[in-house]
Amino acid sequence: MHAYANPLRFQRIADAIRPWTTFLALALFPVGLVWALAIAPADYQQSDAYRIMYVHVPAAWMSMFTYLVVGSGSAVALIWRHPLAEIAARAAAPIGACFTAIALVTGSIWGKPMWGTWWVWDARLTSVLILFFLYLGYIALYDAFEDASRGARAASILALVGLVNIPIVKFSVDWWNTLHQPSSVLRMDGPAMAPSMLWPLLLMAVVFKLYMVSVLLVRIRTETAERRIAALRGAETA
Amino acid sequence: MLALRRPGEALLPVLFLLTGTVLFPLGVGPGAETLARIGSGVIWVLALFAVTVGTDRLWAADLEDGSLEQLELGILPLELVALVRCLVHWLVTGLPLVVISPLLALLMQQPPAALVALPAALLLGTPVLVMIGAIGAALLVGSRRSQALTALLVLPLQIPALIFGVGAVEATTVGVGGTVAYLILGALLLGSLALAPFAIAAALRLALE
Repeated sequence: MHAYANPLRFQRIADAIRPWTTFLALALFPVGLVWALAIAPADYQQSDAYRIMYVHVPAAWMSMFTYLVVGSGSAVALIWRHPLAEIAARAAAPIGACFTAIALVTGSIWGKPMWGTWWVWDARLTSVLILFFLYLGYIALYDAFEDASRGARAASILALVGLVNIPIVKFSVDWWNTLHQPSSVLRMDGPAMAPSMLWPLLLMAVVFKLYMVSVLLVRIRTETAERRIAALRGAETA
Repeated sequence: MLALRRPGEALLPVLFLLTGTVLFPLGVGPGAETLARIGSGVIWVLALFAVTVGTDRLWAADLEDGSLEQLELGILPLELVALVRCLVHWLVTGLPLVVISPLLALLMQQPPAALVALPAALLLGTPVLVMIGAIGAALLVGSRRSQALTALLVLPLQIPALIFGVGAVEATTVGVGGTVAYLILGALLLGSLALAPFAIAAALRLALE
């Protein structure tokens, strides 16, 4: 792992991967969108309104996955003083906050026609809202210190504390009797969804993940450059 | 120990809770039905605020006068110091909230069952709030801004304690399933007592560098 702590070596690998993920994300997104919005069959209960699922569910998955990136990056940064892990965690946080916001907003729009209300205080919605606040707290704490490295480590500790919330988000629909429906894809007895609806969903999930990786790599690159500039400036004034 | 030398400061959370609770009958109207319905929730939320405001400066004075450094150099591990410090802080600021809560329950027209259920839930819940608040205070002890940011960090993590705390009281007064909420509150308490000292100590070491 320490071989990739060298920013230059990491950057070479990242630069090799990034065009591919960006290209695939851009190429597959229209395919997934047309498949999901036009080709996939309408739901027998919700008719066409269910199609917002193809944005809502991948965004919700990514909101949790990105928090895992932030959390594991923070753990690596705290334990091994791995500078790149710290940068990666910081770079991932705003992306995750955006995915969480998208999941909350699309869920709200979906909830209005289906449940008759924009918002209910059930366990899934509340825990995702907490997840959103955790992202914001992480970002705010990161920038709250004069000394950037201190802020980075304080935020890492917070990210680890917040990891407690992830299993609660995931299993809230199983532990509590919520209005939000239980998971219908990642189940022990196989997905409870027609393949004609499942495939476009999985494609959209792949597109979201590719997009996330591309943006993350760009952000890591920017962050590294920013730190280098700051270091050079510091060397100049000192 | 230090807190006891300034008894006025230790009383502040209790006074905050008392005056805060008194505002609600004046704000939403003194109708007994409304108050009975919202009472336990109001008292819980205000207790949460009282604890959070009280823990905000938990480590700041110790850092400024250097005693935190002495504690870190001492033979006790900083985790243990943090745990004991939090427990003492709870005894001084949290326990009075538990003691006064039956009186507040009366003010808020709560049914007789709540006079026992509310203090019991607060007894299990307020230490959790203190432990989580202490993590937030430790993380921010050397930073530029404080107050508002502490709220952003701490309040989301305190939500579970609030949910099950209010749930325990309401379930007991209705008469069904209170035990589960109490058990979950107890689990939160044990979990936070076991894990929070490590996060607090890590954050304090960071502040001491």
